[in-house]
Amino acid sequence: MNKRINIQKTYKLYIDGKFLRTESARYIKWQDSKETTQVNVCRSSRKDFRNAVVAARNAVNGWSSRTAYNRGQILYRIAEILEGRREQFMAELTLQGSAKKQAEKEIDQSVDRLIYYSGWADKYMQIFSRVNPVAMPYFNFSYPEATGVVAATAPEESSLLGLVSIIAPIILGGNTLVILASESRPLCSITFAEVLHTSDVPGGVMNILTGYRSELLEHFSTHMDVNAILYCGSDQEEIRLVESNSALNVKRPVVYPDQDWSKEKAQGPYHIMKTQEIKTIWHPIGV
Amino acid sequence: MKTEVKTLDFNTDWEYSPALESTDHIHIQEPTDLFISGEFIPGVRGKYFETINPANEEKIANVAEAEKADVDLAVKAARKAYDNVWSKMKPTERGKYIFRIARLIQERAREFAVIESLDGGKPIRESRDVDVPLSAAHFFYYAGWADKLEYAFPGRDAHPVGVAGQIIPWNFPLLMAAWKLAPALATGNTVVLKPAETTPLTAMKLAEIIQECDLPPGVVNIINGGGNTGQALVEHADVDKIAFTGSTEVGKFIMKTVVGTGKKYTLELGGKAANILFDDAPVDQAVEGIVNGIFFNQGHVCCAGSRLFVQENIAENVISKLKERMETLIVGDPLDKNTDIGAINSKIQLDKIKMYVDIGQKEGGSIFQSPCSLPKMGYWHAPTLFTDVSQSHRIVQEEIFGPVLAIQTFRTVDEVIMKANNTPYGLSGGVWTDKGSKIFSLSKKIRAGVIWANTFNKFDPSAPFGGYKESGLGREGGVEGLMPYVNLV
Repeated sequence: MNKRINIQKTYKLYIDGKFLRTESARYIKWQDSKETTQVNVCRSSRKDFRNAVVAARNAVNGWSSRTAYNRGQILYRIAEILEGRREQFMAELTLQGSAKKQAEKEIDQSVDRLIYYSGWADKYMQIFSRVNPVAMPYFNFSYPEATGVVAATAPEESSLLGLVSIIAPIILGGNTLVILASESRPLCSITFAEVLHTSDVPGGVMNILTGYRSELLEHFSTHMDVNAILYCGSDQEEIRLVESNSALNVKRPVVYPDQDWSKEKAQGPYHIMKTQEIKTIWHPIGV
Repeated sequence: MKTEVKTLDFNTDWEYSPALESTDHIHIQEPTDLFISGEFIPGVRGKYFETINPANEEKIANVAEAEKADVDLAVKAARKAYDNVWSKMKPTERGKYIFRIARLIQERAREFAVIESLDGGKPIRESRDVDVPLSAAHFFYYAGWADKLEYAFPGRDAHPVGVAGQIIPWNFPLLMAAWKLAPALATGNTVVLKPAETTPLTAMKLAEIIQECDLPPGVVNIINGGGNTGQALVEHADVDKIAFTGSTEVGKFIMKTVVGTGKKYTLELGGKAANILFDDAPVDQAVEGIVNGIFFNQGHVCCAGSRLFVQENIAENVISKLKERMETLIVGDPLDKNTDIGAINSKIQLDKIKMYVDIGQKEGGSIFQSPCSLPKMGYWHAPTLFTDVSQSHRIVQEEIFGPVLAIQTFRTVDEVIMKANNTPYGLSGGVWTDKGSKIFSLSKKIRAGVIWANTFNKFDPSAPFGGYKESGLGREGGVEGLMPYVNLV
């Protein structure tokens, strides 16, 4: 009897547009509740995070100077590729414990959310920009600009829809991102990196790590070259840590408590504005 | 061939006659008490501190110092006014009160200007033409927003936050009070405001106006004191939002203090703005802008253009013109209408500026100071510039908050952008060039919240102001200035 041996995927990190193992060579054993599948997920180190921030910083200028139209199309492309990989995400979501119907709904909503935000790429600027009627002979206008490098922890429960809901508004606004995947449901985060990788997202714009939040949150929040930190969860101790460490370099702390990411208000342009700065420009009006 | 530079000769026998603003029409309460729940009351422990005129070191008034118990009283008054009156009032009526404040500031404008110059040391020309009119304009602007908030936040309902604790600095005492109070009141919050220790008087004059226009008691409470008073306000459990303008150091301290409380906060912190001058700029206009950028308000400006970058090929000419212009600046009595540069706000600040000037020289910078004569009494500092400094010099890196300019040169756009952004701050920046495309490119690349192109240090209530990076968090002014005072539902 020749039974075919199936090939199992190695789950790696996604840093600077490359799939890498953690430099620390540590792993976390992950298995599904029925113990049918075992995976060695990378246990990222502080060094992995720092490398990811360097990649993200190098990518900021290029990414934020892309046209809004282009960023919108790339977001749309992510949705296209995600749609085409439904089967794979179905398998992983169910392996992670979702019921089949629930997994289907989560994939549908994730694709729809990407499409929704894709459409915002060249519009949020119009909604939040102003020409200001100053009482002097000057032309004055203000508009949103990317904050820069964002470090984030993904929602723990909603490993695909939650991840997409966090990522989309951050990068569509020209920021670059280092995000730590759900600790208990890490599989589809890495597979989502494969989606990104085939969607024309430039290397370094999105970096995805797996590992222990308890180990990495300190480094996420203390890094001096990170401009904003976004925390998903309701652990008061962790929120305190994030808020307190933000003071080191006046990071913009954003906290999303545990919530139902399928709700209507989990999306919208105000989520984009959480990682935007307003810039005001003055110029004299002469003769 | 070198063309001879033509210069203006100011060395004549003609001198400016003093043109003093009169002080006989102003009224300052003695002592100046706390303003809580619509009444002027002494502190619980009856403690007072002195506020002095930095131009002659003479005492102007005794000012009541708020202790923890007073802070508590003020917050309770604000909470009561929020629950019972202000949050229930029709927005249109709320707006009318704020319009009234704007009108009364305009009516009593000169009194405000004189007191501002007496208490803080700034030239009367600036307090009269900038601080006071802008303060009135700020109230007028935000008054109109009170009943139009649904247009500011499409798709969401804007709810007031509650009681706001506001702490303001000494460089623009009345104007900062206006920046803080106007948007907070328009959005339906009540306020406890703490002015700076060295400049309490115009805010207390504002309290008189607030009383005069029948604003319901407790909607605005103004208390005085130093760091301890501010800390008690930040720590108070019933304050929902903190708005702070001041140093980055204190801003970070506030961020740590509110951890875990769920308090909202906005911070307007320090700066070290790059003012960038290209060889295609109109040089004479730029020199005026550079002078205004760093010597406006004695350099006590968080967004001051304290780092000048001049394109190398025009540096010699620009620096010589700049020195000449500095020699014509009149340093002296803040109440003299001829005065360009007034008194340094306090002894502490003067010592800090002198320390940095000392460091600048020790680290190898070449100093130039305007050879003006300084009055004997009071706190004064001559306009100063440094050349032969580089990115690593402390006077290039750190905020001095005084009339001290550090000049560096550059050759290419990439080089100057790298240098300009090589700072933890990001409040403001300046670009001088006649080329429009260069302005847009530079304005985008400078990581700062306000960019002045072919101008500097301009402010307006409709224009958002605030910093990137360690220069702060949130915006004041414009539609964005409403955001910190609302919860979007």
